[in-house]
Amino acid sequence: MQDQLVISKGARRFRRLGALLGHALIVALASSSIVALLFIFYFIVRDAVPFFRLEGFKEFFCSTHWYPSREPAEFGALSIFVGSALVTLGASIVAVPLGVLAALCLSDILPFALRQVVKPIIEMLAAIPSVVYGFFALVVLAPLIQAHGGSVLAAGAWMVLAPIGLVAVAVGGDAASARLPRRMRTSGRIVSWVILAGIAAGALVVLTGALNRLVVSTGTNALNVSIVLGIMALPTIVSVSEDALNSVGRELREGSYALGATRAETLLKVVVPAARSGILAAVILGVMRAVGETMLVWMASGNSARIPSPWFNFLEPVRTLTATIAGDMGEADQVTGSARYHVLFAMALCLLAFAFVMNVVSEYVMRRSRKMRG
Amino acid sequence: MKRFGSTLAGIVLMTLVCTALTPAVGFGQANKIIVDGSTTVGPIAKAFAEYYMSKNPGVNITVSESGSGNGAKSLINGTCDIADMSRFMKDEEFKAAVEKGIFPVATVVAVDGIAVIVHPSCPIQNLTVDNIRDVYTGKITNWKELGGPNVAIVLISRDTNSGTYESFENLVLNKQKISDRAEYVGSNGAIRERVQSTPAAIGYVGLGFVDKTVKALKVNGIMPDNSTVTSGTYPIARPLFMFTNGYPKMGSRLYTFLNLYLTPKGQEIIQAIGFVPVTKY
Repeated sequence: MQDQLVISKGARRFRRLGALLGHALIVALASSSIVALLFIFYFIVRDAVPFFRLEGFKEFFCSTHWYPSREPAEFGALSIFVGSALVTLGASIVAVPLGVLAALCLSDILPFALRQVVKPIIEMLAAIPSVVYGFFALVVLAPLIQAHGGSVLAAGAWMVLAPIGLVAVAVGGDAASARLPRRMRTSGRIVSWVILAGIAAGALVVLTGALNRLVVSTGTNALNVSIVLGIMALPTIVSVSEDALNSVGRELREGSYALGATRAETLLKVVVPAARSGILAAVILGVMRAVGETMLVWMASGNSARIPSPWFNFLEPVRTLTATIAGDMGEADQVTGSARYHVLFAMALCLLAFAFVMNVVSEYVMRRSRKMRG
Repeated sequence: MKRFGSTLAGIVLMTLVCTALTPAVGFGQANKIIVDGSTTVGPIAKAFAEYYMSKNPGVNITVSESGSGNGAKSLINGTCDIADMSRFMKDEEFKAAVEKGIFPVATVVAVDGIAVIVHPSCPIQNLTVDNIRDVYTGKITNWKELGGPNVAIVLISRDTNSGTYESFENLVLNKQKISDRAEYVGSNGAIRERVQSTPAAIGYVGLGFVDKTVKALKVNGIMPDNSTVTSGTYPIARPLFMFTNGYPKMGSRLYTFLNLYLTPKGQEIIQAIGFVPVTKY
C-alpha cells in the first residue's frame, strides 16, 4: 500500500534525509537558548572562581568595606547585597499589590471596551528604555523627594492607607455591631463606624504629620529607586497575572455566581485561588525584573556602599550588585586579571544563583498548587 | 539514538553559525581615527574632531567617552588610536601595553583644575584642602562644622572608575579612605545636576563643567580659574593626556589631529570648553 506512494527508493531516502535535516534545524533553534545559558554560566563561573581563590569567602559576604580601588583593596560586599535586597523589597511593595489589583480590575471589573484601551497603555510602560526611567528618577523625582520628601510620603500614605482604612472601618463596624441585639443593630453599626473612622482618621493625621516633618537630605535614595523600579515591574506583573486570571475561564465564574456568590466572593474565593500559580509566576517575574535592573539604579540609587541605619531606612542611598558591576567594569582590567575584575563576576554569579533559586521555587510552588487542585 | 544524533547535528550547526557571525573588525585605517577614554578629556576630543572633520572632509573621527581606565584598555587592546586620559597610565597598564607590543606615548593637551562645587545658596566661600579631605573622609558630616547651616552634608563623588575620582583621590584624599556615605555618579554632568538640585550637597568637577547653576569654592583661598590653574597656585589641578601607540608619524592624519592643541584654533577650542590651554597665543 505504502510502496505505491513512493516513486523510487532514492526519492524516499532523500525525503528522509530532508526530514532529518529539518528536525535537526528545529532542535538547534530550540536548544540555542539552552546553549547560550550554558555558555554564560560557564564563563561567569570561570571568571568568578579566581576571586574566591584570591580573597576567600569571608570578607566578600561578611564585611561592609567596599574599597576596590585602594591599595590594599577591600572587597566587602555585604552592604551591596543588602542594598540589592532593600531595593527589591521596596519595588515589590510598590509593584505587587498595585499590579495584582490592577490585573484583577482589568480582568473582572472594567468593562471590555475600556480594558482594550487600558491594557496596552500599561504594557507601554515596558517599552520605555530604562535609561529614560533613570533620567526621570534623577532629574524629576530626586529633587522632588529632596524638597518635599515628607509631603510626598504623606500623600502616598493617604493614597494607600485611606482606602484600606475605609474598608477596615466598614468591616470592623459590621463585625462589632453583629453582636448587638437586632433592634439596636443599625444604630450600633453607625455609632461604631463613626468611632472607628474617627480613630483611623486621627491615626492617619498623626502619621502624616510625622511624615511631613521628615527631612530628606538626598533624593537619590532607596525610596526613589523603589518607586521607579516598581513602576518598571508593573507591566510584567499586570499582564502576566491578567493572563492567568483570564485563563480561569467563564465556567468557574458562572458556577460561582450560580451558587449565589457575590462578585467579591467570586473574585476572592474562586478566581484568585484558581489563578494563584499564574499570579505567583507574575510576581516572581516582576521581582526578577527589579533585581536585574541596572541603568536606573546606577543613575538614581546614590551608590553608597553602606547599610542604611536602621536597615529599613529607605531615605538613605544604597548600592546594588548590578550597579556595582556596571560602574566598576571600566577600571577592572581584565588584562591583568586582578581581583577587582573577578569580584564583579563573583557578584554576577550571586545574581545568577539568586535567579536560579527563584525559578526553582516558582516551579515548585506552581507544581504543588497544580497537584492540590488535582 | 536517532534523537541524540540530531541533537548533536544541531549543536554542530549552532557552533558553525556562531563562528560565521563573529565579526571581523579592523582598526586604524588611514582615514579613520578612533578616540576613546576619559569623560573629562572627551569634550576636547569631540570639539577637535568636529573642527578637524570640517577642515578635512573624508576623514572619520569617532570619539567615545567611557572613562580613563576604559581608554587605556582600548589602547592596550588596539581598539582605539588615541586614549583620552585624565590621569597618567598606571604601572600595570603600561606593563600590559608593552607586553602586547603597544608603546603608550603621552601628550599633555590641556590642564584641568578640579573645582569643588556647592549649591549657590551655600554661604561658604572658602575651604582648605584639609577641610575638603575631612568632609570626604567623613570626619566632618555637618555644614555647621564648617561655619554653615545645621544640615548634614551630602557627599557626591565620581565613580571609582573615573579619572576624575582618581585625581581627586591623589590630590585631595591623600590616600585616605573616602567615607561610605559618599554617593557615586557616572559623569561630571551628573555631579553638577545633583549639586544644583541639592542644597546640602558638595561635589567636584572639572573646571570646564562649572557654570552659573553651581558655586565653585575657593581652595586654600585661591579661586579656580585659568591663571591660577596654569600657574600651579590652585592646589587641585592636573594635566590632561592623550595617549597614542608610539608617537604618530609626522604629517599623518593622527599627527595633525593630535597636535591641534598647539594651534591658535586649538587653544580657542580648549578655552571655549572651559579647560586651560598649555599654549598662550
